[in-house]
Amino acid sequence: MMSWILTGLIVLSIICGLATGNLSKVSTAALEGSMNAVEMFITLLGALCLWSGLMEVAEEAGLTKIISRLLSPVTKRIFKGLDPKGKAMQAISMNMTANLLGLGNAATPLGLSAMRELDMLNGGSTRASDNMIKFVVLNTASIQLIPTTIAALRLKSGSQAPFEIMPAVWIVSTAALICTMTMVYLLKAVDSRHDKHQ
Amino acid sequence: MISISDLFIPLTIAFILIFGLFKKVKVFDVFVAGAKTGIATAFRILPSLIAIMTGIVMFKASGALELITGWIAPLTDPAGIPKELIPLALLRPISGSGALALFQDILGTYGPDSFLGKVASVMQGSTETTFYTIAIYYSATKVNQTGRTLPCSLTGDVTSFLFSILAIRILFP
Repeated sequence: MMSWILTGLIVLSIICGLATGNLSKVSTAALEGSMNAVEMFITLLGALCLWSGLMEVAEEAGLTKIISRLLSPVTKRIFKGLDPKGKAMQAISMNMTANLLGLGNAATPLGLSAMRELDMLNGGSTRASDNMIKFVVLNTASIQLIPTTIAALRLKSGSQAPFEIMPAVWIVSTAALICTMTMVYLLKAVDSRHDKHQ
Repeated sequence: MISISDLFIPLTIAFILIFGLFKKVKVFDVFVAGAKTGIATAFRILPSLIAIMTGIVMFKASGALELITGWIAPLTDPAGIPKELIPLALLRPISGSGALALFQDILGTYGPDSFLGKVASVMQGSTETTFYTIAIYYSATKVNQTGRTLPCSLTGDVTSFLFSILAIRILFP
């Protein structure tokens, strides 16, 4: 899937670059993109080490167990077949907590450790497990209670009521979550029918 | 002025460390051991990060966004979708920093409390950088067949976009 997206993006860039006369910009952008990636890697390296370290402390102290127990009414319904007390579920719960609180910098590193735990449960398969799909889709749906960054930017540009949009964000996020999870189940039915025919 | 959001991260860090000390964890040693695993994860995702960023930056430089907005205008105009918001909707799943710049631009041009400013705020708050998230999350694993992940995530992005317009129309008539 990623191979198609990457090739598609680049082919589309060349076609559009030709059409708009921006081809020289596209060519410098190729190198610029890889340099940006290294910059991001360094930022991420710091955040990853920091939150992996803190996660280890939280785990050793039993804090992650408490948080995963608090979230278990929700998580055990979404992530079926996962040990509710296992490391994977704890990492998922920590990632969800960070997302809910709007701690974007912490959510990605915690999400990555959850993915590694889920990968270990996947028995070395190159196919995404059901729980992996649900977890990644959940993370792309952006569930947050307090959209801090957006409120800050609204305030900066002179908003009279920066938090006014919060209920709308909750409604829209919930609607999107319901739609994506429905799609996950619907497409699973299509997938398994497809498998049977093969 | 101290804002609550500035306190969140430092307080979380302090809370975890104090909780650890309280439970007699050797906080520093355990932290270092955990941080070490972060290095491995970071190096693991670097190659995918380079690939996806190259594609995204090239796409942004090509002017594709303006072209595609023009192509789909005949479809979106009759549906009552403001064309000023299409570039943001297209860029949001691809580039986080690009979408943020575009979002600030909309706030500056139309005002944060205008209809367009409000819809853009809700869109920005209820969506994520989908392609980047999928690429990075899976690169930490052995998985290369991501199956239903992308179509499901994109459904969420489209839903968020359409519902943002609808929610603001209903909540702020």
